[in-house]
Parts: sequence; C-alpha cells; structure tokens
Amino acid sequence: MLLTITTTHRPADDLAYLLHKHPARFQSYDLSFGRAHVFYPEATSERCRACLLLDVDAVGTVRGKGDAEGLLDQYVNDRPYVASSFLSVALSEVFGSAFQGRCKDRPELVDVPIPLEARLDVLPVRGGERFLRSVFEPLGYEVEAQRHPLDERFPAWGESSYYSVAVRAVAKLSDLLTHLYVLVPVFDNAKHYYVGEAELEKLLSKGSGWLASHPEREEITRRYLKFQPGLYREALARLVREETTPDVEADASTTCERAEEVLERPLSLHEQRIGTVLAALRSSGATRVLDLGCGEGKLLRELLKDARFEEIVGVDVSIRTLETARERLKLDRLPERQAARIKLLHSSLTYRDRRLAGFDAAAVVEVVEHLEPSRLSAFERAVFEFARPGTVVLTTPNREYNVVWENVGLETLRHADHRFEWTRDEFQSWAEGVAARHGYSVRFLAVGPVDEKLGPPTQTAVFDRAGALPR
Amino acid sequence: MTINIPKLSLVVLVGPSGSGKSTFARRHFKPTEILSSDFCRGMISDDENDQTVTREAFEVLHYVAAKRLALGRLTVIDATNVQPEARKPLVELARDYHVLPVAVVLDLPERVCRDRNAARGDRDFGAHVIRNQRSQLRRSLRDLRREGFRHVYVFHAPEQLDAAVVERTPLWNDKRDDHGPFDLIGDVHGCCDELETLLLRLGYVPTPAPGVALADGAPCYVHPGGRRAIFLGDLVDRGPRVLDTLRLVKTMVEGGSALCVPGNHDMKLLDKLRGKNVRITHGLANTLAEIDALPDGTRASYCNGLASFLDALVSHYVLDDGKLVAAHAGMKEEMQGRGSGKVRAFALYGETTGETDEFGLPVRFNWASEYRGRALVVYGHTPVPEPDRLNNTVNVDTGCVFGGKLTALRYPEDEFVSVPAARVYCEPSRPFLATAEAEPPLSTQQAHDQTLDADDVLGKRIIPTRLRGSVTIRAENAAAALEVMSRFAADPRWLIYLPPTMSPCETSREEGLLEHPAEAFAYYRDEGVPRVVCEEKHMGSRAVVVACRDEAAARERFGATTGECGVVVTRTGRRFFSDDALERAFLNRVRAALSASDFWTRLDSAWACLDCELMPWSAKAQELLRTQYAAVGSAGSAALPRAVGALAEAAARLAGDERAKLAEVEAKYRLRSDNIDRFVAAYRHYCWTVETLDDLKLAPFHLLAVEGRVHTDMDHAWHMETLAEVCRADPGLLLATRYQVVDVTDEASQAAAVAWWHDHTARGGEGMVVKPLDFTAKGRRGLIQPAVKCRGREYLRIIYGPDYTTSENLERLRSRGLGRKRALAIGEFALGVEGLERFVRREPLRRVHECVFGVLALESEPVDPRL
Repeated sequence: MLLTITTTHRPADDLAYLLHKHPARFQSYDLSFGRAHVFYPEATSERCRACLLLDVDAVGTVRGKGDAEGLLDQYVNDRPYVASSFLSVALSEVFGSAFQGRCKDRPELVDVPIPLEARLDVLPVRGGERFLRSVFEPLGYEVEAQRHPLDERFPAWGESSYYSVAVRAVAKLSDLLTHLYVLVPVFDNAKHYYVGEAELEKLLSKGSGWLASHPEREEITRRYLKFQPGLYREALARLVREETTPDVEADASTTCERAEEVLERPLSLHEQRIGTVLAALRSSGATRVLDLGCGEGKLLRELLKDARFEEIVGVDVSIRTLETARERLKLDRLPERQAARIKLLHSSLTYRDRRLAGFDAAAVVEVVEHLEPSRLSAFERAVFEFARPGTVVLTTPNREYNVVWENVGLETLRHADHRFEWTRDEFQSWAEGVAARHGYSVRFLAVGPVDEKLGPPTQTAVFDRAGALPR
Repeated sequence: MTINIPKLSLVVLVGPSGSGKSTFARRHFKPTEILSSDFCRGMISDDENDQTVTREAFEVLHYVAAKRLALGRLTVIDATNVQPEARKPLVELARDYHVLPVAVVLDLPERVCRDRNAARGDRDFGAHVIRNQRSQLRRSLRDLRREGFRHVYVFHAPEQLDAAVVERTPLWNDKRDDHGPFDLIGDVHGCCDELETLLLRLGYVPTPAPGVALADGAPCYVHPGGRRAIFLGDLVDRGPRVLDTLRLVKTMVEGGSALCVPGNHDMKLLDKLRGKNVRITHGLANTLAEIDALPDGTRASYCNGLASFLDALVSHYVLDDGKLVAAHAGMKEEMQGRGSGKVRAFALYGETTGETDEFGLPVRFNWASEYRGRALVVYGHTPVPEPDRLNNTVNVDTGCVFGGKLTALRYPEDEFVSVPAARVYCEPSRPFLATAEAEPPLSTQQAHDQTLDADDVLGKRIIPTRLRGSVTIRAENAAAALEVMSRFAADPRWLIYLPPTMSPCETSREEGLLEHPAEAFAYYRDEGVPRVVCEEKHMGSRAVVVACRDEAAARERFGATTGECGVVVTRTGRRFFSDDALERAFLNRVRAALSASDFWTRLDSAWACLDCELMPWSAKAQELLRTQYAAVGSAGSAALPRAVGALAEAAARLAGDERAKLAEVEAKYRLRSDNIDRFVAAYRHYCWTVETLDDLKLAPFHLLAVEGRVHTDMDHAWHMETLAEVCRADPGLLLATRYQVVDVTDEASQAAAVAWWHDHTARGGEGMVVKPLDFTAKGRRGLIQPAVKCRGREYLRIIYGPDYTTSENLERLRSRGLGRKRALAIGEFALGVEGLERFVRREPLRRVHECVFGVLALESEPVDPRL
C-alpha cells in the first residue's frame, strides 16, 4: 500500500521539513504489523513527492495468536495492498510531529495552507465513488478516483471495490494527515486490525472540530463500530465458506434486512403486520402461544406486554438471532414472574420438535419464504401435524405487490434470502391445501394498503383447527 | 427356604430395626443393587441415624430406585417398610416401570431385634420402637398381596433366614437365549386353509403329533431345519376354520415347533369361555358357532383345554439376545421384557388416542412412529395392505380374513412370505386395501421420514460407527449444523452422504515447498501400507451425486414424489444448482452415461451414489472468488506496480547506503509484484465461463454405494476403472480421473509418481490425492487417513497467500499442526461410511441423517482452513 503526498508549494521541498523526513534518505520503521518505508521519488523546489510505503507482514499478522483456526480470509486477504487502519497507525507513528503540527525548522509553515495532494494506491471503498466524494468533498477536497477491475479476464465478475484515489486541496498538512487518519478506515470493509477500544477512542477524538459538522458523521461513526463476529458465527461461516449467501455475512445481512425494511418502511408495514398477527392471536382466545421463527423478538415484545398470553415461546433456527432477541427483550433482567412467561428455544421448523406440541396458537411471521420450496412439506407436517396448535397465523409477502416498488419489480424478490414469494393465488391454494390435509379451516387477511389490482403487500392466513379451544 | 424372584423386580425388605435386613441384603445381592434408607440419610446429612431427614432421604431413595428400574436393574429396598404408607410408593414405582414388586418379610422375634440393636452403639432407641414396628408389621402381613406384591416371602426365625437361598428367574417373556430362526405369522383369524398353505410354503412338514395328540389327530407342523413359527395372536373370530386354527397352533406350541402370543380376540374368547359377559361382536359369533357345533360330550372338556391354553399365553416375547420382540399389537421399548397389567394391555391393544374415527373405531396412536429401540418389533393387530415397516418395527397383519393375505416374516433372513386369501371372509369395517391408484403410495416409513425429529440430532451426540467406534458430536456443533441443514440443505431423503475433510501430507522440508508426495508415501509406509493410489486432484467444488435409473427407483428408494431422479449436493449438503431445470438436465446426462455404460445391470442397482469434483471452481465458488481471490489479485495488481514505480524513481535520486537500503526493498516489491501475477494465474486456472452443460466437468472418483452395497470393500483401482468406463460414455461432461498405483517400498515407483506430480502441478494442476489402495485401511493404531493431499507450489498461493514462497515466510508456515484436521478426517470418514451402510441396510432415515448431520456438525469445528 502506497501513500504519496505531493505539493507544488514553493519551495516544494519544504514538505520534507514539515514531514520531518530527509529527502535524501530512505527510512524504514518497525511497526506492530510489519514495516513502513519513507522516501521521495521527487524533491525539487517546484514539486515534491513523499511516499509512505506500508510493508504489511501478512503471515506474521495472523501467527502467534493461538491456534490457527480462523477463516480463510484471515490468511489470504488484501491487507498488504490497501489503505486500512494500518495506515492510520503508521501515519501517527511515522509522521507524529507533522500530525501534531510541530515543525522545528519551519514553524511558520505549519499553519499555512499549501496546495497538497494525497494519493492512495489503493483504497477499498465500501459504498462506491459517491460515498467517497460525500466524505471528502465537504471537507474541501477535490477528489479523483480510478476504479480497478476485479479481473479483466472475467469482466462478468464486475468491478472491484478498489480505487486509486487522489484528494487535492489547499490545506494545512496536519489537517490532511488527520483527515486521512480518521477517514481511511471508514471506507474499509474488513474489521479493523489492531485497533483496540482505546485506539478507537483516540481515533474519534482526532475528529473533534470537523467530524461533528460533517454531513456523513453518522455513517462515519457507525462504520467504526464494526460487528464483532461471535464464535458461533465463525462456526457457521466455516460451513458456508464456498457458498456465501449474503444473508450469512453479518454485514450483508444487516444490509439486506435493512433493504427490506427500507422498502416497507413508508407503509409502516412491519408494525401493521405485528398488529394484525396480535389481533388474530387475541381473537383466537389463545393463552399459550408460539412465535415460530421469532427472529430478534419484535412480536415477542408485544406478546409480553399483554398479560393474557401466559406462556410465550419464541423459536428460531439461528442461535445468534436468539442471542440478539434475548438481549433486546432484556430477558436476563425481567422480573421473575415476567421471565417465567417467556422462553426462547433453538429449533428448526423443518424438523418436528415435541417441545412445540400442545400450544393454543402459533405465529409464523415472514418465515415460510425463507424455506427451500422442497422443504415446505416438512414444514407443513412439523407445524400442522406434529406441533398442531389450535390456531396458526402465518404471514408472507404478496409477490404481486412488488411492482409497486421501482427497485423490486415482478422478477425480483424483496430479500436476498427469500427462496420464493407467492402471489395471492399461490398462497391461498397452498394454505387451503394445508388446511384440508390437517383438519384446519383457513381465512385470509390483508396487511397494509390494499391495491385494487395487486392486493396487499403482505398476505396473512389464519388457520383454526377443528375442535380447538373456543374463541 | 428358596425364594424365587424375577430377574427384574423391585425387592422390598420388610422388618423392624435389627431384624437383619441389611445382612440379608448383603448376603444375596450386589452392593449396588441395595438402596438403604440409612445410607440415604447419611448421604444427605452425614448421619445414618438422623431421623429428622427421613422425608428427604426417602426422596433420594425413590429417585435412585426409579432411575435403576428405568434402566432395567433389579433393586432391593433396605428400609423397615413396616407401614402400608411406606410400601405404597414402592409398589407404584414398580408399576410405573412395569416390574414385579416382591416383599421379603423378616418377622423375627422382638428379642433378636433388640439384642442386635443393643450390640450396635449407634442405635440407642428404646424397646418400644421395635415393639411398635413389629406390631405394625404383623398387621400388614395379610395385606401385602392386596397391596400389589406379586411374591411375598416371610421369615420367622433367624435359622430360617440364614438358610435362605435366593434364585433369580427370568420372566416368562424372556427368551433372549432363543436365537431362532423364526417365522413370525400375522393375524390368522380362522383362515386355516391359508395358514396350512403358508406353513407348507415355509417348509414345515405335517407330522403326526407327538405324545397325546388332540382327539381328531391334527398333525403337528414341524420344520426339518429347526425353524419355529411365532403366531402373533388373533387366531380366532371372523374366519371359517377357527377351531382348526386353534388345534393346529396348540399342537405346534405343545410340540415345540411354535410360540404364540395372545391377541385381543383370543383374550375376549377366553373371557367368554370363563363365563364373563362379553359382547358378541367383531366375529366372535363365528367362533362360538363352531364351538356350539362340537358334540355335546366333548364340548366342555374342549373348552377347558382351550381356556387353559389361552390363559397360558405370554403377552410378548423378547428373543435372540433382545434383538427381536414379538407381540400382537406391538411393544414400546420401555415395556419390552417387563411384566405388568399395562404391558399386557399394550401387547393386546397397542395405544389409542381416545378418539374414534369416522367408522366408529378407536383411533390408534401409532406408537411405532416414536419407536427408537434396538429390537426389531414384529406385530400384527392392524390390517395393512402390505407388510409395513417403520422405525425398526414391522406390522405383518396383511388382513387375510378381509381378503388380503396371510404373511410371515422370516427371521433373521428378513424376508416376507405371503399366501393370498382365497376370498373375502369378512368385510372390514374400515377399508384397508388400497384402491387401485395410479401411483403406488409411499411406504409408511417414507411418509414418516418426510419430517425428521429435532430430538434425533440436537444436543451432544455419540454416534456408533462400524469403522471407528463412537464419534462424539458436541452440542454447539450440532446447533450450527441444525441451522445450515434447515436453511440451506437439500431434502434429507436425498442426503445420504457428506464427504469427509481431507488433511494434507506432513510438511515438506524441500526448498521452496510446503508439500511434497514423499511425505504422503512415508505416512502410509510408516503405517504398514505397501501400496497407495495417487489420483489427480481436481480443483473445482466437491459434489455428491445421487442418480437413479428412473423415477420409479427414486420413489421406491428415496421417497421422491415430485419426479426427481437424483440430486447433486455440495460438501455441506446444499443443492449444487439453484436452477431446478439445470440440475435435471445435468442429472439426465449423468444418468444417460450410467445407462449407456450398462452400469445398472453390471452393478445390479437402480441407483448410485458418487463422490465427485465438479468444475470449474468458479461455477459454485464465484462469490468467494469475487470477494476474496479476485479482490486480492485486483488490489495487489493495482498497488504493487505503483510501489515498484515509486521506488524506482526514488532510486535514481539516492546514493550510497540509502540507495542500497532502497534497492533491497525494491527487489522485494518486484518479487511481490511477480507473485501477485502468479497468484492471479493460479486461481484463473480453475475458472472459466459456463454457458452450456458441456462447460461443466464432473470428475467422479468414488463409486460410494449402490443397492445392497457400500463399496468400502473395493480398492481404489476398482473405483477408478469402474468410473472411467462410465465417463467414456459422455466425455463432454464426465472426466475420468488420472491415477497411478505406487509401491511405497519401491524407489522407482515413487519417483515416477513424484515426477508426475511435478509435471501436473507445473501445468497449473492443483496436486494429487494419495490414498491407501484399499478403501479402508488400518494402521498401527486403528483406522488411518483415508486420503492425504499433496498440493502444488503454485496452487498453494491461493491458500497461503501470494508471497508464501519467500524463504522467510515458508520457514514460519512450516510449523503447522495436522492432528486436529486428521482426527476430524477420520471421524467424518467413519460417519460418512456408517450413514451409507445404514441407508443400504434400509434403516429409517433418521439413522442415516444422524450420520450426515454429524459430518456437517464436525465440519463446523474450528481447524486451520489452510490445511
């Protein structure tokens, strides 16, 4: 990874004083992750270019940390070639004085804005050129970015997220270095190596004065707080190494969850869905209820608020999701009586589970569309034949409605992990079949604004078992 | 006095303090069989005589007793038990676990008890205590049987007690020592014509009955090979020749060529014979009419004889070391070999839900759907059109009297022999014969297997395997596997195998290399293996292919109902193709090649399971390639030339030491720049664009299993040759794997293989896999690695990074531990083979799935992914 700082200030080679690095030398520094070299390909009074070359020891950075048992990307990755949090560390260690605006030999230069260009070869930009510009331009930089292809042999694979980036401004060197220090890790998609809690604090403190008024401050801050993968997620990731689904990757997953949420937000569809499900559960007279595929517990939270639900069981196939639900619902801190009403179970809806038998009602909210179509029959039997609750309230997207959204349309699904989405006809004939096969009656409810031709965005079926408890 | 107690019973000692209960118990029972209330007191309070903890002590005692009885262990309760309220929970406990309660009463003189207590320093209670206990005991004596004790033994004198002998007798139903062979015959219901035909067909020969035959001299059917028939009850009612049937069976049972368990109809007849008021329904009238037709003079004695025959029938039998259970309506695992009213009722009627169906008949609860026992349970009672297997149970009542057939199961051969009914003797109240439908229905087991039980996979599991004993799956790994299985995996019915992980060879010390075939050869040589096979290692994605000859085979063997003829899954059980049509087209090509090479006939199977590599790598791993390999290549190719350029410019400006320092770094960066090009070249070897099926290449290398056989007994050369023949049938899609057999004790043979490896890897090949020639090989300490890989120098750049080849990096990378990876490889291999063997034996799907799930769970173990 190469950072090149160029100035055309006259005399340009004053840059060497500002950086405290002699232009006739080749200097190397030992850093925790490898080495950094500083040298000048050009140093005249018209133009001066200083280079900071990071020599990241890819093998060394992963050794000596217990058993080598991480994921493959820990070993073969872009770290040696890209500007990342390593660069921030190097900047502060190698250009410490320049950073702090100290210059023994040319103290008057420190506070003078001079024409500067910083060039990064290469910067991984998560969020694309638009985000790149939205981060640097408000700070007064002119941005030039050249995107590199993933592999010119396979154009179908698309572009890479790597850019050669040059930012130019008439600015104080210390400001330029501070901006790079704080902003470079923001673009990076990987977790920040070697940036511990304390360093994070330090990093943010560097932003004082300009970060607070930056229009992208929220996004910049959020990106620092990277998700720390738990052991469980790593175990899971090992299994899907070659078959990465966006949903499995935590980041991507939040992105897709968010995509669906964003899509549906103007309709406040989510709240309406929960409302409809609650109404149907209440109407059934159920007191012991299951939330099958409870996710992070949005429905559970509402069920807990209503004392008529005496026994509430949330079920999910993902342990990580259940952990999140446990935290969000603050289960560990609930008063004993409240806590006794709710239980979270790790289980699967394609296996039968005797712990799920004998409940009054079950909610299956936005779950079936995440199952492979070939597993629907196993789901059907697990729920309607074995668990056999008195009432089942089941919601799923109405595919017909997708055309209402510009960026979805008829051919696309709302979420990357959806294996299918049903039209109203498809859903109703499936639901009626299920009801007939297992001795249930079924009725349908609309959730969200009903389009005359396309129906509602979410469709709901309420199944009642013949001979189940009276309403 | 000799006291006989059933082998499995709850022995309750009854006697006052000092009567010698503990001494008696110690003399006749194992220390672990005895539960003493005093010991329980001591266990929780440090004082065996602390009467204030009596309640808690008995809770402990009952809890432990319950665990023992559940496990089928004889248990002796050493406590005074002189009060009925103390004995009541013990009798209930015995009932709960279907064991017989036995009371042994020590009614010794008061003086004896007092003297004994006096001799012990820790028992200083007054004489009135013993007096009270004795009087309570005496009052209890006559009630013990009414309380539910099946055997009561009373001792009055110390000498009597000293002379006592305890004999443990097996229960009537315990015929574990009888190993057959047997022919288990379903409900006859008076269809004696069909029964006679069936017995003849089974090879039984009518011979004059030994000893005192029945008045009419019915012959005794005897099998010259010593086989015995087991009649599963319901001999009587509905059919045309009830009494003939009874005579025939009775003669065989008395002559020792048959066993018989009672059916509900037989027991209802017994009630009638004993004068009880029973409703004459469900065909009992036929039986009674036959009895009425007997001559007046012999009727009464006939009925007496019949009643005592029926009365002596034992509810069910446990046979052949506990591997076989015979009962009329079935027998759940926890009741097998036990005796109680509930056991008998279950044997006669099975379980019902309490509801009635639209025909007014009780709705049966299918106990077999929850059956997990080791013993094969053979039963009848509920007529089914065909013998019905489910979870190691089989119903052989094929409704002869309703016009079906009379069926026998030959054991241990596990074959059915049937004789069709000559006609419909009785109209069933609920139709049971399938109406001629277009498609044969799935078997009960297949229908059951559509939904597997989470209980069978979750939590810590210990899976026994033939090859390697028990393999343990940790609960956390099972949890991870559950998510992957539920969200991504193919239908478990197709998922009969997942491949094991593979370890590399030990690390090479050769200049510039991490891996070299010499280490693989040495590994097998050191384990005593003389010959190995070296197979070209393809670089694509692992694929397990199950292919069926036709839809019928897919339906019959895999329970497929939607016209699929096979499946292609990845190493984590996920369908390889997300497009159903593409999968079908792909499988059709594979199936066509199998047919064209006459595979189905040669292997005598309608399906096959193949372990393969599917290329290109980019077909499945595109996401990985894009986000990791191409990304690294792109970043490096963009950044490194810039760095080299800047360094070169600076070099021109510097002099002396500074220039020398720079030159060293510049050289390093030039090398890196070359290495990133090599890295990109390495992964590109395994990528190409797929537009048609012919752009895919499938290289099968194990012919894992076909009907009736898992090919672990065939060596790898056989696998290679057999598969090569299939590949020749479609060279557009199928790729035969190149291989060499190497003698690891012969230098030249090894050198040839090493040269081959060098040549192959130099041209971009991934490397080779070295396997012992035999599919499963044992070494010095049991099972050894089924395969190790030797990867090429360039390929390893993808794994260890573009610059791994610098001597400084190689030196550090050489210290890698293979132990964990190798332990996983062996465990997963054993599980994979176990799953296939279970599938081939037609075991219930949950038993196959347990192994497949186990492989997936083990794959989530943390291990260095570069190995």
